[in-house]
Order: sequence, then C-alpha cells, then structure tokens
Amino acid sequence: MTAPRHDLTPLEARTLVLDVLRTVSPGPALDALGPHDDLRDALGLDSLDFLAVVTRVSERTGRRIDEDDYDGLADLDGWVGLLTTSDPAL
Amino acid sequence: MTVERTLRSETIHKRGDERVEAYLVDYDRARREFSWEQARAALSGLSGGTGLNIAFEAVDRHAAGSRASITALRWLDRAGGVQEISYRDLAELTARFANVLGALGVRPGERVFTLLGRVPDLYVAALGALKARCVLSPLFAAFGPEPVAERMRLGEAAVLVTTPALYRRTVAPIRDRLPALRHVLLTGPTETDLSGTGSLAGLLSAASPEFTIGPTDPQDAALLHFTSGTTGRPKGALHVHEAVVAHHVTARFALDLRPDDVFWCTADPGWVTGTSYGIIAPLVIGATMLSDESEFDARRWYRVLAEQRVSVWYTAPTAIRMLMRRGPEEAARHDLSALRLIASVGEPLNPEAVRWGAEVLGRPVHDNWWQTETGAIMIGNFAAAEIRPGSMGRPLPGIDAGLLERGPNGRALVDADGRVRPLEEAAEGELALRAGWPSMFRGYLHDADRYAAAFADGWYLTGDVARRDADGWYWFVGRADDVIKSAGHLVGPFEVESALMAHPAVAEAGVIGTPDPVAGELVKAFVTLRAGVEPTEELRTELLGFGRRALGSVAPREIVFDDALPHTRSGKVMRRLLKARELGLPEGDLSTLEVTR
Repeated sequence: MTAPRHDLTPLEARTLVLDVLRTVSPGPALDALGPHDDLRDALGLDSLDFLAVVTRVSERTGRRIDEDDYDGLADLDGWVGLLTTSDPAL
Repeated sequence: MTVERTLRSETIHKRGDERVEAYLVDYDRARREFSWEQARAALSGLSGGTGLNIAFEAVDRHAAGSRASITALRWLDRAGGVQEISYRDLAELTARFANVLGALGVRPGERVFTLLGRVPDLYVAALGALKARCVLSPLFAAFGPEPVAERMRLGEAAVLVTTPALYRRTVAPIRDRLPALRHVLLTGPTETDLSGTGSLAGLLSAASPEFTIGPTDPQDAALLHFTSGTTGRPKGALHVHEAVVAHHVTARFALDLRPDDVFWCTADPGWVTGTSYGIIAPLVIGATMLSDESEFDARRWYRVLAEQRVSVWYTAPTAIRMLMRRGPEEAARHDLSALRLIASVGEPLNPEAVRWGAEVLGRPVHDNWWQTETGAIMIGNFAAAEIRPGSMGRPLPGIDAGLLERGPNGRALVDADGRVRPLEEAAEGELALRAGWPSMFRGYLHDADRYAAAFADGWYLTGDVARRDADGWYWFVGRADDVIKSAGHLVGPFEVESALMAHPAVAEAGVIGTPDPVAGELVKAFVTLRAGVEPTEELRTELLGFGRRALGSVAPREIVFDDALPHTRSGKVMRRLLKARELGLPEGDLSTLEVTR
C-alpha cells in the first residue's frame, strides 16, 4: 500500500497502469492498446471497472486521485501525464 | 419536504404543495377507484378499432396531433453535441424503418434484435420494429459474444441492427451459430467492407416515410427481454402490445410524469427499464425524452441534469452511490432547480442514499420495485406520499401484492393442491403479485414449464423475499434464489459458470454475488482447476480475461481458486454455502450437502 514516493518516469507510469488494467481487463485488446485509445471503448470498461483502476493505481503509488482528475484519464497518455506530474499532496 | 429525524425511521414528509400538485394525490382512493379498463380508455387505439400498438401510442398519435413539433428525443452525443427529433420526425423515421423491414421480407411476429449503445438509430429501430408488428429484443451492447449468441439463438433473431465495431467484435465470431439470422443492418457510413451486412442509412433513405400500422391485437407479442435464472439458459420473457397501458399509467403514478417534462431515464435500453421507461413510457405521455450516449461520469451527469433542465429523473442506486462518493461540492456547482422528482430502481436503495438526495440534490429519491417479468413498476414510493427510506414503497393502483409463506427451499410453499399461504399484516415472505395486469409477461420463449412454474394459485411468484410493515410498506430482504443483482442487473450464475468451464484449465466453477458498497453485489467466481494445473497469478489473470471476452460486462470481477467446492448430493455446486462462507454467516442446514472432496 505504501508506495514509491517519488515521481515516476513515463515508462514506469505506463507499466504500472498497464499492470493495473491487466487485473481488470486482460487480453488482446490491452496488448494492442495505443496511447490515445479511449480506455472504456477499447477495453469495454464500465464505471465500476474505472473505479477499480483508480483505486488500485492509488494504492500502488500512494497518490490520491481526485474526481477532478477523472476527465484527463480517458486514455493511457492521460494516466501517464498524471502520474509523472509531481503529487500536489507531497 | 421535511426530514423527520425522530421516531418512525426518519420518514421523509412532503410539503402540502408537493402533495396537491402530484398526479397521484390520494393513494387509498386511487387504489379503490382504479380500473385497467379506464386506463385502457386513456389511450387512442389504432384508427378504425383495429387494435392497440405500442408504437402508435408512443409516436404516431402525437405526430398527428398538436404535439407533432414537440421534441420527442433529445440526444446528447459524447462530444457534447445535441440532436433533437420531434414527434413528427420520429414518426417518419420509424415509418421508414418499418418499410425497410417489409422490403426485406420480414413478417409480423418475427424477431428484430438491436445491439446498440444509446444512439438515435436505436430508438428508430425499436419503434419501427413495433410499427411493423415485429417482436423487438434489445440487447445490452456491453455483452460479450457468448450472451449475445445465446440470446439471439434462443430468440431466433431474423434481423439484427448493430454498429460495424460491435459487429466485428461481438457478432462476427458467432454468426455461424445463428442460422435464422437473415439480415444484419449496420449503422454509420453507408460503405462497409463487412460481408453479409447491409447499410441501415442506405435502406432508410430509400424507404418511404409513410407507413400505416396494420391491425394489432393487444395480445400480440411486442417485446422480448432476456433475464437470468439460477440454472440453465437465460429466459426470454415475452410481453404484448397491451403492456403499453401499464407503461402509461405507471409512469404517471410512480414517476409523476407529464407532457411538459424533460425526462431522463439513465438505464440502457438493453435492459427492461431502458425500454419500458427509456423508450416507451415517456413518449406515450408525450414528454421530451433525454438520451445520453456517454457512460456514467459524475460531473457530466450533473451538467446534463442542470443544462437540460431535467425535471423527472429515473436512475439506479449504483449511480446515486457513485455521485455520493463525489461529495456535495460538485452538486452545489450546478443548478438542479428544474428537478421535480427523482426515482430509482434496480436494487434496494439504502436509506442514506434516499436522504442524501433530499439534502444534496434537493429532492429525496423515490425507490421503486419491479422486474423484467412484470414489465412495469409494481411497487413504489409516490410524489405525494411520505417516503420511508429503505422501503420500496406500496403497490401501485391496479396491482395487488402479497407475501407468501416460504418452504424449506426458500421459495413460496405450494401444497399438493397447488395452494399457497398468503401472510397477513406485518410479515416476511416471498413477494407475489396477483396475476393479470397488462404488462405481465405472457411466456418464457420455448419454455412453457418454466413459465408455469412462475405461477401458483393465481399469484406470480417473484423470487424476491420481502417484509411488509404494519402500514403496508414493503421492504426488500433478498433473493429467494442464487441470482446475483449487480449494478441493477440480474446476473445468472449458471451462465457465468458455463463460460468459465469452457476454459481448458477449469474443472468446475461456483459463482456468487459478494457485497459491494457501490454496485450492491459484484460477481465472484470460485474455480476448481483440473488435476495438475497450477493455481498461478498468471492463470488467474488469464481466466479474468477469458471470462471478460466471452461474457463482457457480466463477467466475474474476482476469481479465487478453490479445490473443495461444496456440492449437493445431486452433484451441483452449493452456491448458497459458498455465499454463507464468503459472508461469514452460519452455514445452515447442510443435510443436502455431499462431503466435499
């Protein structure tokens, strides 16, 4: 639960998010996922899945993810952007 | 409205003006005086006395009258665009679709399926199919290939309307299992490289915008909705055109819906709520029906409620609980003053959520209860009546509900003469409804035995266990069987188990619902692996993905390995015991239990 409290590199962030997505919706669609593909469309995520992803990324990074951040988290690039930006809570 | 925080479980009372302005003011009197004959007389019927057709009541009679230019459907696309379709335009579009079906040689009574998100073509195809007197069966677009194949095969789909992307992903892999499927019509651009399909847009533009609905017997089949049982295949519940009588009056009684309302039913038309109240009821009333292509997003939903001036909102407990997680600040940023009534269905709404509505949204949430089989709202909290938070409310006028004494299997006790034992006063038992209301299902497709087993002694047996308080309010207790209620949808454990057991590593599976604060229940699978297969994390991930690809949204969210699943003496996995273990409950009567391996 406690996590690396340093900014992630883009590669680390991408790997972490893909790992979490794999726990929710593994399979060929995930392997083929592009940085700008809409996660809900490409992986068939519903809002409960999305919440699960938010919770798990939060747990692994120790970073609080607010509802205000959700708008930017529609694709992989958005996630990488969030996780590579300094956590305002630190 | 005032919240009484004293005795009587914090009942929410309504102000005097809220009461007198409601459609249903005097509940007891309405129950005494109501008759289904009068309710039927409030509809037009086909001209020349040639019957009753849902699409005529929903569209054509408004298009021919003073409401022709009123917006019937206001559709919000994902990008923020708005498209308005008037009753007149909707009449023409649905006429075109009915003519397309005729030109393709599709006959009345044949089944037209849709596999679409919330897009205008969905409403056109649904109502056009009803005009053509075909039977409409809308499927949830988030289903995977297996649930779609099973339902279309069972329903002998003659026509499917879907998108190119859904066709590629969900239908193409299973099309060879659907020999009865003659026509696949794809939405979107007219050019497509997919063989064996036609272009909906091309056909619509070539068809005439005029169509006269043929004679329709009120007892003719109109809607086919699939629902999940404990065992075996999904059940195809058939409804008839007469159901529109119930759609109409229940929208007035339970939703207080009127012609000048902007009404938003957030349910997807792939489920019964999204058809009865997401297509039919608001149009029959003559209101403006809102449809949003996007999935749930708290900020977007608040924006839709505010900007579209939604006055009556029918949603689900899961959505309300997700809004609650977001906190009151977001709600405060939006002008929700147009909201007149909020209602919810799908699973019992917790009292905190009812009160949260009153405090944060400015209106309490009116929970109500019904099922695929009932076709329309049967029990509800009403605009003019006090709300007892946590209760599903009282039976609607025209509906007689009862509680029946239960037997050892948890279901209503039926004696050798076929009689049941209705319980009096405050009691707990299986919730049952006196058979005979217009939207009652008229059969499970190809399964007369299961249909017959759903009735006893003149009652429809719902499979839900409920409690009635001394004043006649009903409270949901639980399912009498193993069916899972997740995010407002019924999930059949057998269907999920079967899909998992198609994986070569799986010997057996038992599937239950586990409590979840947002979804009510989440689907969880206990899996026994074949001998020699190692229970690794990789395999767990693979099985999650395998289930997801086959089942789509009804797939298990959690899988655990268990090499000692409990069985009955007849060899079936005892889901009830799995659930008791999961919840840490007493395991109960184990006399039917086989020794675990």
